[in-house]
Amino acid sequence: MKRYILKRVLQLVPILFGITLLSFILMNVGTADVIDVMESSTGSALTEEEKQEMREELGLDRPLPEQYGRWLLRALQGDMGESFVSGRPVFPEFVSKLPATISLTVSSVLVTILISVPLGILSAVRQNHFTDYLIRFLSFIGNSLPNFFVSLLLIYFFSLKLGLFPVMGSSGGWKSIVLPTLTLAIAMASKYTRQVRAAVLEELKKDYVTGARARGVRERKILFGSVLKTSMLTIITLLALSVGSLLGGTAIVESIFMWDGVGKMAVDAIAMRDYPVIQAYVIWMAVIYVVINLATDLIYHYLDPRIRLGQEEA
Amino acid sequence: MAGRKRKAGRAAGYKLLIFGILTLCVILIAVFAPYLTPYDPYAQDLSNALQPPGPDHLLGTDRYGRDMLSRVIMGSRTTIFSALLLVAIITLAGGAVGIVCGYYGGKLDSFLMRVSDVFLAFPGMVFAIAAASVLNGGVLNAVIALACISWPRYARITRSQVLAVKDAPYIMAARLSGSGTWKIIRKHIIPNIAGQVIVTAVLDIGTMIMEISGLSFLGLGAAPPTAEWGSMMSNGRSMLQTAPWVILSPGCAIFLTVMVFNLTGDTVRDFLDPRYRGKRRRE
Repeated sequence: MKRYILKRVLQLVPILFGITLLSFILMNVGTADVIDVMESSTGSALTEEEKQEMREELGLDRPLPEQYGRWLLRALQGDMGESFVSGRPVFPEFVSKLPATISLTVSSVLVTILISVPLGILSAVRQNHFTDYLIRFLSFIGNSLPNFFVSLLLIYFFSLKLGLFPVMGSSGGWKSIVLPTLTLAIAMASKYTRQVRAAVLEELKKDYVTGARARGVRERKILFGSVLKTSMLTIITLLALSVGSLLGGTAIVESIFMWDGVGKMAVDAIAMRDYPVIQAYVIWMAVIYVVINLATDLIYHYLDPRIRLGQEEA
Repeated sequence: MAGRKRKAGRAAGYKLLIFGILTLCVILIAVFAPYLTPYDPYAQDLSNALQPPGPDHLLGTDRYGRDMLSRVIMGSRTTIFSALLLVAIITLAGGAVGIVCGYYGGKLDSFLMRVSDVFLAFPGMVFAIAAASVLNGGVLNAVIALACISWPRYARITRSQVLAVKDAPYIMAARLSGSGTWKIIRKHIIPNIAGQVIVTAVLDIGTMIMEISGLSFLGLGAAPPTAEWGSMMSNGRSMLQTAPWVILSPGCAIFLTVMVFNLTGDTVRDFLDPRYRGKRRRE
């Protein structure tokens, strides 16, 4: 197990390197002259000499590989540059907005579990009955609704018509997190209910279930005693892997609900062409995603006795 | 058991026909959009701004007095065409990479797979948002941004499929009888792996429609005044309370279109499922 962890962590190094390289290329290929962008976003007029001076100061006159090397060294020390707009360092700004996004993500995952696990199990147990069709139909609808539409519908009905929740902002206490959470959870739960259903059905088909039924073990006991225990492993893994799409989805939802997290920060930065902020957002979201996936994989390996006790090398 | 399977296979066939026709209708609407609109989707008429749905304007008008129905019909073009273009690009590009990697293997394979690992390490929309913003928006740039992040998945699927059939006896036989690499790929490998890749592609169209319109909603896709569902909804955001129809009509258009494509994707998957197909052939 230890060797496996070490191996997986080492595999992460080239990926992290690739993430930084790709983000660096991305920001340098499409962008016009950074100084021009800074000039227009700060609204100050600069002479040609001043611009040249700034380029030298920022090292923009050096060859690209050298720029990348310098940038990477600084990034490793937590220095991701300064925002073009506010002039403040980007990294502390990102860190200060992260808790809001994390709390939104965690609450969405919790609601997703609360919705999809019971519904998925119910759907599998009542396979091809009315309940199953109804649940599958609802999950189909949820799957076809873009999250920005869901947010606006929820705002329209719950905030504007019924006045139950605040329209936007993160200041309204627990009430302000309800609608953004619900938006993200609806999309995720729709996808996830189907996966839970499939995992439970898969398990129900196995020989030991038939055997248990033949021996007259109560259906309830088979389901809660054995089937759920074994299919939980798959279910947890799938859930953790879907966090990636959740991290991407928060950007739109955060900006609609004015939720003050990293996603809204990035969307605001796009309008201002504030590239250092966007860059920090992309890199750190990717790093978070990769680390979550690695953790999932390790937990999966740890929890699965076949893998833990059997093939150490796998 | 066999009877039930045959029945299921036939049911899948009928379903495919129905959803195929529905999909075709949606695409035809997009193709003939300019001929179907009751009004000019770009003609502004400020005296008629924000009219609720009524006999003159079935879906109402937006804040410039433009007819919503015409704009929704016209918008189908931008949204659906760009989604289809996107899926075509990633299927072909990812498929080509996957075939090369799977068939030749070696250093090129491991290099390209490491590259695709890096792309897969980004949460899709996060990367697309950044790429589209660097490319300065525009529908085509939104397509490029999403293509950049989506091709590796297709490369992966194609590669694993190629690896599965590459050493099959019939390919050995083809090689022994002197078929060249290109001929083997074209006549033996592609027809055998196409099913799985097509299913993935069709199932992705709906998602791609949502992602493209999501980028447009953020102002990173179609620029105004182009009629596009995502950007139309973004325009209507501030009028949610007074004129909800400005958001509802494009929103429902996205929802229904995505639903049609998703249903078709599911049916194509069931239809191509070898459990049904094998039975039908033997009939």
